Amino acid sequence: MTAIPSNPDAKRVEPYVKAFERFEQAGARQQPPWLFPLRKAGIARFAELGFPTLKHEDWRFTNVAPIAKLPFRPVYDPARIPNREVLDQFPLATMAGPRFVFVDGIYAAELSSNPALPDGVKACSLTQALTTEAALIEKYLGRCVRTEDNAFAALNNAFFQDGGFVYVSAGRSVPEPVQFLFVNTGREVGATIHPRNLIIVEPGAKATVIESYVSLGNAGTATFTNAVTEFFLGDQSTVEHCKLQDESLGAFHIASLHSRVGRAVNFSSHSVAVGAKLSRNNIRTTLDGEGIEAILNGVYLTGGDQLADHYMVVDHAKANCASHEYFNGILAGRSKGVFHGRILVRPDAQKTDAKQTNKNLLLSDDATADAKPQLEIYADDVKCTHGATVGQLNEESIYYLRSRGIGLETARRMLIHAFAGEIIDRVKHDGLREELDALVWDRLEQQESVAVGKGT
Amino acid sequence: MNQPILAIQNLHAGVENKKILKGINLAIRPGEIHAIMGPNGSGKSTLASILAGRDAYDVTEGEVIYCGKDLLEMDPEERAREGVFLAFQYPVEIPGVNSTYFLRAALNEHRKHRGEPELDAMEFLTLVKEKVKLLHLPDDLLKRPVNVGFSGGEKKRNEIFQMAVLQPKLAVLDETDSGLDIDALRIVAEGVNTLKRPDNATLLITHYQRLLDHIVPDFVHVLWDGRIVKSGGKELALELEDKGYDWLIKHDVARG
Repeated sequence: MTAIPSNPDAKRVEPYVKAFERFEQAGARQQPPWLFPLRKAGIARFAELGFPTLKHEDWRFTNVAPIAKLPFRPVYDPARIPNREVLDQFPLATMAGPRFVFVDGIYAAELSSNPALPDGVKACSLTQALTTEAALIEKYLGRCVRTEDNAFAALNNAFFQDGGFVYVSAGRSVPEPVQFLFVNTGREVGATIHPRNLIIVEPGAKATVIESYVSLGNAGTATFTNAVTEFFLGDQSTVEHCKLQDESLGAFHIASLHSRVGRAVNFSSHSVAVGAKLSRNNIRTTLDGEGIEAILNGVYLTGGDQLADHYMVVDHAKANCASHEYFNGILAGRSKGVFHGRILVRPDAQKTDAKQTNKNLLLSDDATADAKPQLEIYADDVKCTHGATVGQLNEESIYYLRSRGIGLETARRMLIHAFAGEIIDRVKHDGLREELDALVWDRLEQQESVAVGKGT
Repeated sequence: MNQPILAIQNLHAGVENKKILKGINLAIRPGEIHAIMGPNGSGKSTLASILAGRDAYDVTEGEVIYCGKDLLEMDPEERAREGVFLAFQYPVEIPGVNSTYFLRAALNEHRKHRGEPELDAMEFLTLVKEKVKLLHLPDDLLKRPVNVGFSGGEKKRNEIFQMAVLQPKLAVLDETDSGLDIDALRIVAEGVNTLKRPDNATLLITHYQRLLDHIVPDFVHVLWDGRIVKSGGKELALELEDKGYDWLIKHDVARG
């Protein structure tokens, strides 16, 4: 039995604790026994923390009460398996490379394509890896994710079912991006999936990994996706990561991306958030070796009453590292963009070069942007900058384009596209960049307020 | 051929409560190059902006007829598609908008407007290659975002390059010579001269005579305090160079 501490949220967390007891009795779905302590610690931590409220400094701008109010219905089996053709409608569907598909969080082998990979490279579902790579997983899983202030990651630890697994042994490289596609069927209100991804890249290895989260149809059922991705990046590895969040407008989406980065690693992580009613990415990157170059890069595009939140902590633990964060928000309707970036420079992290930029483009009078940059510096020889802007399209630029014969609407679209393009252009993989560019362009075309400049 | 390309009649305009143009009259016919000169604050750039369609100004009186149509009724993009081109005094930088993409979109709007087929990327590149050479612009210009990272001179040359691609019927050059060194000035002038045809016209707005050494105008007008106080041939520009504007202003005051 897991004790429920007496906190004001006790009632609220009770259904989760009860659900965990049932899950535990069901043998936590036949997973190895060494996982139980992680899961039990997860539910205990969740019960202790409860859902964050607006009173929590890190959640000031994002109200997750609607998630807390949902009935908790963790999904252990997929509702229905969509046809293969249905998958073709989703973004990035035509990209080459292995693709592992999860329906309501559960691996769907029949929808996945799993070409032979070079020696020393493994990619599969986490469940499968738990049988074939148990020792490796035991060594890494849960070692990087921080739950002491993250109730959602703790909840994922308790309930996760499946997700993507990538292992690249020292000096090897994955020729094509490995893609994990999570399809939410919107099966019922409160249906909750806990995707769990584990990426291990050994020293000198190279990989490109894509996570995408999509919904079947746009039914708008209030479902909850609560993902955790852990990255372990060995010395001198080169890794590009992209997370696309394109869930239905009823969905709630919380994701935690925690990485431990070794010496002289080149790591870029891109976030494209265009879907969901409420989404939040908790990104925590620990730069645990010298000479790292890390780029955190993202664009969010919202309309209606959507909210997209990026919260990140970059922890400079060692000297001579560069971390650059670039996040652009394009906000229409009554939607809201939130950016919270904390840069922590520890005493040993001399010669740190940390930069943080958040730019927001408001396409309607009712859209809002909240930005909270935070620098916490304990070393004395560092270069740290941050900046946040909120504004409308530049009238002079619009006039210039019009004076060359380009219509008002096209001019507006060009400038908005350019604003998103600043972010998309940082994606190094050509095919991925082109797909993302097309996706953002397509979504901008659908935004009515792009054309008229007023809220939808 | 005798219909003017541009006919400005009694044009009064300003911002809020400030009158800037106080009754401009000007007719420009096909094949002609006109120069408007005048001291700072005389209304030169206001006139250019009103012709291009910047909505910061209120026209309170008068009319502007372009090829028989009411120019002031048209949106800026309509004016451009009908063949009006303004070379900006201060071209804006537009990060993220690729020059090729921008200019091809503009040209295709013009072509659509004329009922001509749009050009694809290859056709467009073939077309612009020679124009890039004409203006001595760097080869990678078309790969860069519009005006971003260009020097002052490159921005001005880029304006004339765009003009060469869009082939306007009426080109208005707003102080294109300012900030140019003599070599850049020569290149710009060569560009403008090459583009001159019997069926188009150019309106040069300038503070200095030196541009007119390279582009020879058919008519020179002096703008002072929102009105054209004197018009003449190209020799008027030289007279101004000699005597300055004071001579004319005194003349005007004496007359008035």
